[in-house]
Amino acid sequence: MRAAELSTAALLAVFSCYLMWHSVALPIGWVEEAGPGGGAFPFWLSLGMLVFSAVIFYRGWRGATPQGGSSEPFIDPDSRGILLVTVLSVTALIGLTHVIGAYASIFLFMLFYVGGVGRHRWYTTIAVAVSVPVILFFFFEIGMKIFLPKGITEPLFYPLYRIFL
Amino acid sequence: MDILANLAGGFVTAFEPLNLALMVLGCFLGLMIGAIPGLGSVNGVAILLPITFVVPPTAAIIFLAAIYYGAMYGGAISSIMLGIPGASTAVATTFDGRPLALKGFADRALVAAAVASFVGGTVSIILFTLFAPPLADFALRFGPSEEFALMMVAFATFVGLGGDDIPKTLLMILLGLVLSTVGLDEISGRPRLIFFDISGFYKGISFIVLAIGIYGIGEMLWTVEQAKGKVEIAQHTVNFARVLNGIRLLKPTLRTMGLSSLLGYFVGMLPAAGATPGSLMAYGLTKSMSKNPQLYGKGELAGVVAPEAANNAASTGALLPMMTLGIPGSPTTAIILGGMIIWGLTPGPMLFIEQSEFVWGLTASLYAANLVTVIMNLALIPVFIWVLRMPFTILAPLIYVLCLVGGYAPDNVMHDVWLILIFGVAGYALRKLDYPMAPLVLAIVLGPLAERSFRQTLIAEQGDWTVWATRPISAVCMLIALALFLYPLILGFRRRRAAAAAGMEMQG
Amino acid sequence: MTSKSRLLAATAMTFGLGVLGAHDAAAEWKPFKPVEFIIMAGQGGGADRLARFIQSIVEKHDLSPMPFIPINKGGGSGAEGLRYLKDKEGDPHVIMATLNSYYTTPLRQPEVGVDISEFTPIARLAEDYFVLWVSADSPDKDLDSYVANVKEKGKKWRMGGTGTGQEDSLVTTMLENDLGLTMTYVPFKGGGDVAKALIGDHIESTVNNPSEQMGFFEADKSRPIAAFTEERIAAFPDTPTFKELGHPDLVYQMQRSVVAPGGIDKDVQDFYINVFKQVYESQEWQDYCKSEALECAWLADGELQDYFMKEQEKHRKILQDMGELPS
Repeated sequence: MRAAELSTAALLAVFSCYLMWHSVALPIGWVEEAGPGGGAFPFWLSLGMLVFSAVIFYRGWRGATPQGGSSEPFIDPDSRGILLVTVLSVTALIGLTHVIGAYASIFLFMLFYVGGVGRHRWYTTIAVAVSVPVILFFFFEIGMKIFLPKGITEPLFYPLYRIFL
Repeated sequence: MDILANLAGGFVTAFEPLNLALMVLGCFLGLMIGAIPGLGSVNGVAILLPITFVVPPTAAIIFLAAIYYGAMYGGAISSIMLGIPGASTAVATTFDGRPLALKGFADRALVAAAVASFVGGTVSIILFTLFAPPLADFALRFGPSEEFALMMVAFATFVGLGGDDIPKTLLMILLGLVLSTVGLDEISGRPRLIFFDISGFYKGISFIVLAIGIYGIGEMLWTVEQAKGKVEIAQHTVNFARVLNGIRLLKPTLRTMGLSSLLGYFVGMLPAAGATPGSLMAYGLTKSMSKNPQLYGKGELAGVVAPEAANNAASTGALLPMMTLGIPGSPTTAIILGGMIIWGLTPGPMLFIEQSEFVWGLTASLYAANLVTVIMNLALIPVFIWVLRMPFTILAPLIYVLCLVGGYAPDNVMHDVWLILIFGVAGYALRKLDYPMAPLVLAIVLGPLAERSFRQTLIAEQGDWTVWATRPISAVCMLIALALFLYPLILGFRRRRAAAAAGMEMQG
Repeated sequence: MTSKSRLLAATAMTFGLGVLGAHDAAAEWKPFKPVEFIIMAGQGGGADRLARFIQSIVEKHDLSPMPFIPINKGGGSGAEGLRYLKDKEGDPHVIMATLNSYYTTPLRQPEVGVDISEFTPIARLAEDYFVLWVSADSPDKDLDSYVANVKEKGKKWRMGGTGTGQEDSLVTTMLENDLGLTMTYVPFKGGGDVAKALIGDHIESTVNNPSEQMGFFEADKSRPIAAFTEERIAAFPDTPTFKELGHPDLVYQMQRSVVAPGGIDKDVQDFYINVFKQVYESQEWQDYCKSEALECAWLADGELQDYFMKEQEKHRKILQDMGELPS
């Protein structure tokens, strides 16, 4: 926990420097007739962030925050596995959406999470994995006219469009 | 008397079969749309606008207003049940609504949200009925300097929202403000903070993306960790008696409801503000005025009541500048405004005179829509609770999917979906280290408003800072802000000293 | 019309094969999936309202077999939309509603890498006017007293407008240069905010479009001084043009057009031109122009592209005069 506290504060400090570096692309001072420049707001606020991350780091170092003085692990070791699986599977879900589209990816994701992680019976798994994309399709595309990305599966939807739109 | 006669005429209009049917349908659709994270009234209104071209204008605006209203109620549902704000206006509802649901009191929170929304809506409609034109004139007096002063009041109310660690709270506020500047600088017309030259950043980081990331993905990761994968969110039962009891429990929060409604209405009425800041300010204010601020964020009923009363009041408030001045107070009212023009009605000061049947029909239907929605909402609570009883390994992936789809929906870009994942993971980590999330989310909402009004004022006054002290409304707002800012700091300092003293004794 | 004469040419080609037979190969091209109708401005603004109105006409008269889906991509003064259109090269299911930032944004933000001559012109539906407004309480009744008053107040005179480097600030600069004035330009988020600031006395004058001030004008809360047009606007017969007051260069219009990505087939372009021709000729559109004091001004295809090129050059010059671009 202590290591996480200190490294997060350090990371935030680095991030605020990065933000400041970006901000100076626009004027950060007073521009004649146009008031404070476009970079002023982000620059000075990022500078403030830098100051506070330094304070947080210092307090963590001294053990003044509960986290700074804690020797507990940052993530409960028993939960590490399931957290990793969750983050990776959601990442895969988003990544796959670019290739095979939202509906096919959601189907696979539900199959994996409900069947693989949740170990529900196969018919529950199939029912959920099929019904979720179908309901989403009718709600978003037909009802709300919001079209989700389809990637290479797009041609499969042309007949559906012709029927429902 | 004139008003009553007009209103009665309005009710006659509102209860024509077509209008009534459209109202009920609109409330239902709005409720459903509002309950989906990422979708809010703006989507519902935009999608259904073309449909309204086939019915008369009065019926059309009744339909749109019902959707608008329903969505305000609906936003609370996913905030409470899933911890994901169903719409930006319902972010503050998650602060206490979610903890209540986790304790097994989802039904109480839902009842509180419904009743508070009803009260907020009713109070604001009454104000709308009685004082529309003078209030509109007052709203006109808010120029850039007054807007900035009002933003300072909003920020001051947030100081009370943070955790105990003041540096971390301030850091989060600053981070939110800086993230809000990503994209186009409106004043100079130049792009800024386009990270890694990714074109997705041109449109900035939207508030809803950050909120879904932090409260959706981040919250779920947290839940997963706490329960080591086997989560039963809580035991939930619901029946009619519990709903009634839930209503009874609201009695102590009546004052909060009233105050939040007034505040919400007032803030919503100001052009450029809208319902989101209104609900956030109501929450912050209620917390800082409470005798037990430490209970907030852990499942305090008043913490659900305040934002819900305010956001519904604000949503009616936002109709005011649209109708009387032709200036939309929110994206949703902007679209309704577009609709009115298409129907052949010119919003503005003349509307009340030339189209009084339309105006009063709308007003009456607002009363009716409010009633329809609260009944519908209370009746549907068992259905919502049933969703919570789903096994976690089915509910969790459903929530992930909803977060991602909901994040994609507003702008149709995958860029936002990736951002949601990044914010989710980062938010999870920061939360574990006690960085408060609420100030971050609030700052990203108010950042653009604050920066714009600040710079506009300085441009218009040629760098003269004293306007904030010399213009009466600005000065009053600034004083309120200062008082609000100092009050919790002093309280917090005292409390910490007391705690430190107690800690010393323990050690000794 | 033109598209019908092309019926034979547009035979079994284009997308017929890849589409699982969803495409009727014998007919002229028609969209077979929803058409993304990009709006290069945010929700609720003038451009957005107009695009949504067009969409509703398309829907009402059933002009397209697939719906047009309005999507706002207004980020970076429309840079987001322009970039999107460029990346969609060759995609027949994307079109974009434009305004004058169509010229200025590529000039001001070369890093976006967009050249509008590569896009496919579809149609111009209207031109919007600009008018110089003051509040009804203002002592200024005509241009002469306005000029005198601004000269006296100098930098204390606040002119409101939408954004910087967009139409309002261009018009303001033109006005300053032509009349020899200096004033303080205050940028706002949208035309509605500007209008409200004028009525609330937070600024002294604006160059709003007529539609943005219409409500206040009818309620006698604002007063037009002069119009940036060739001829008097029908809705304001008593308001002189700058041209007749001896300032022939003070003419500026906002175009409302639709374009498609580059690299699309001729019959795709013809389909859209035909759709918008019908929109343009609809009673609703003609009424809308009248009520909003727009000028219905049709232009399509090659003529439109020539117009775009000419206008972009004009804007390059104005921006150079403003010092926003190196000359």
